[in-house]
Amino acid sequence: MSSSNTDFVLAVEGLTVSFDGFKAVNDLSFYVDKNEIRVIVGPNGAGKTTVLDLICGRTKSTEGSIKFRNRELTKMKEHQIVRAGVGRKFQTPSIYGDLSVFENLEISFPRGRSVFGALVFKRDAEVLNRVDEVADMIFLKDLLHTRADLLSHGQKQWLEIGMLLIQDPELLMLDEPVAGMSVAERRKTAELLRRITKDRSVIVIEHDMQFVAEIADKVTVLHQGKILAEGTAEDVKKDEKVIEVYLGH
Amino acid sequence: MSYAGFKTLFPKSDLIGFAVLAFILVVVLPLGVDIFRLNLIGKYLTYAFVAVGLVLCWGSGGILSLGQGVFFGVGGYAMAMFLKLEASSPENTAIQSTPGIPDFMDWNQITELPWFWQPFHSLTFTVLAIIIVPSIFAYIIGVAMFKRRVGGVYFAIITQAVAAIMTILVIGQQGYTGGVNGITDLRTLHGWDIRTDEAKYVFYFLCVFLLFVCLAVAQFVRKSKLGRLLVAMREMEDRVRFSGYDVSNFKIFVFCLGSAFAAIGGAMFTLQVGFMSPTLVGIVPSIEMVIFCAVGGRLSILGAVYGALVVNWAKTTLSESFPELWLFAMGALFIAVVMAFPNGLAGLYSKYCEPFIKKKYNSIRANRKGDVVAKGATHEQQ
Repeated sequence: MSSSNTDFVLAVEGLTVSFDGFKAVNDLSFYVDKNEIRVIVGPNGAGKTTVLDLICGRTKSTEGSIKFRNRELTKMKEHQIVRAGVGRKFQTPSIYGDLSVFENLEISFPRGRSVFGALVFKRDAEVLNRVDEVADMIFLKDLLHTRADLLSHGQKQWLEIGMLLIQDPELLMLDEPVAGMSVAERRKTAELLRRITKDRSVIVIEHDMQFVAEIADKVTVLHQGKILAEGTAEDVKKDEKVIEVYLGH
Repeated sequence: MSYAGFKTLFPKSDLIGFAVLAFILVVVLPLGVDIFRLNLIGKYLTYAFVAVGLVLCWGSGGILSLGQGVFFGVGGYAMAMFLKLEASSPENTAIQSTPGIPDFMDWNQITELPWFWQPFHSLTFTVLAIIIVPSIFAYIIGVAMFKRRVGGVYFAIITQAVAAIMTILVIGQQGYTGGVNGITDLRTLHGWDIRTDEAKYVFYFLCVFLLFVCLAVAQFVRKSKLGRLLVAMREMEDRVRFSGYDVSNFKIFVFCLGSAFAAIGGAMFTLQVGFMSPTLVGIVPSIEMVIFCAVGGRLSILGAVYGALVVNWAKTTLSESFPELWLFAMGALFIAVVMAFPNGLAGLYSKYCEPFIKKKYNSIRANRKGDVVAKGATHEQQ
């Protein structure tokens, strides 16, 4: 296990996790730069989502280290990792259906996170402005007081992205943000992603290679828990191993 | 509190709901029924405390506890211990082989008051214990369960097991707890006879007052961000966790709060009914309490109060005439509620009654406005 300090926002080294002997992620190492957009691709079961689960603390690693701004994440609890500045969007839209769009965003606002803090939390101007600003960004400004259950699939995805944005994380992890979206929604999402990825590092899991090429600084191809290839989208597309196991002929 | 703060805490519809309930409990019932029935209603209301706590835990937070009887019992026993000590003065118990200790201890060859009974000579300690002991107990259970992410059905089963353990413990330690008979023959509170009609009136109104205190606390919690977080946790616990919240702390908090409510209810039960026994602690009463909450509407704190009143009233009426039938009726009621109207009485009200009332209200207002306009018009003509 390395204990060296790095300039990277995220340094993953020798990361391994095994479920009953099956190594879902096997001795994985990669580094994410400041303001970099990294896309992780790979066939089903390659361990993409598991990598995100490991970084955000949902799954505990068996071996290896994950350093976020030189802080070791593997020993931290989920909420501590979030408070350190790592935001995570799930694959299926995870929003609070019984609450309004406004309340969804308000809950994600990074203040009053203790029991007492939540009891005395006030909707002051700062909260209202920030919610407005984010709602505008995610195209939901007119739907602030709609129950989140009633949103379309694409709008739910945007809402969850908004819930992350309001936390202003330094590292943003998105699991298939455009899955199940219409072409128009996809275009809007790409535009949204370009806007929100300024000033922060982003890890995206995505299948759509055209979309990947559009947004990625660097692409990591996973296969059976290991890195198969890493480089720009162009490099990766030409890589023969990648073509064989993932892109197809 | 500022006016605006008060308005967000009690929006108009809630305020009307509170007022109607207060009117029924403070004016209509005390004037409408005799003291025997009023005392019974006071007893029903003690279950309402538990039901209100369950609305927070179960309705909002999705934490179903089938062991609220335990906390009801702890509160009730604490109160009963104080009253029993007062009733067991050396003069009153002169015929015992050890005068000055509760009668059941004497029957069980205990010759000295156990250490944990000693502080219950003090009313202040007793009142504090009624709230603090169950909260600590709930805190321990909460930490043990929620920090390990035990939830849902597993949590319900474990709380039920706690209720079973508690009953066995109380019955088994007869010398210390009064066993299966419970703690009976309670007489005075600081020399004031609690068995008179006057005392019953006082306790009834005290019970109503405390219930409204609990309702106000519950309302405050529900209207705070914590209340919305509970709903969020019920729906998508992981999302809350990955928004930077330590989910278990919120669950522990609301579970402790619900337990404290239940304990206050238990203490009021002892005061009004005059005894406390393990039959109020175990699995069956704990499940009954969940049914009160479900029938009233598990999303509505006011609904829970009506649920406790209606179900208990039905229980008394039915078991007076058909004692055998009651358990079946209760089972049927629970199934009916779950199948047909999952949001209980409160759900029925907001679905059918509220729109009707709103429509009436609006049409009356519109008429009045029309009158004013018409009058204005005639005025101008003159």
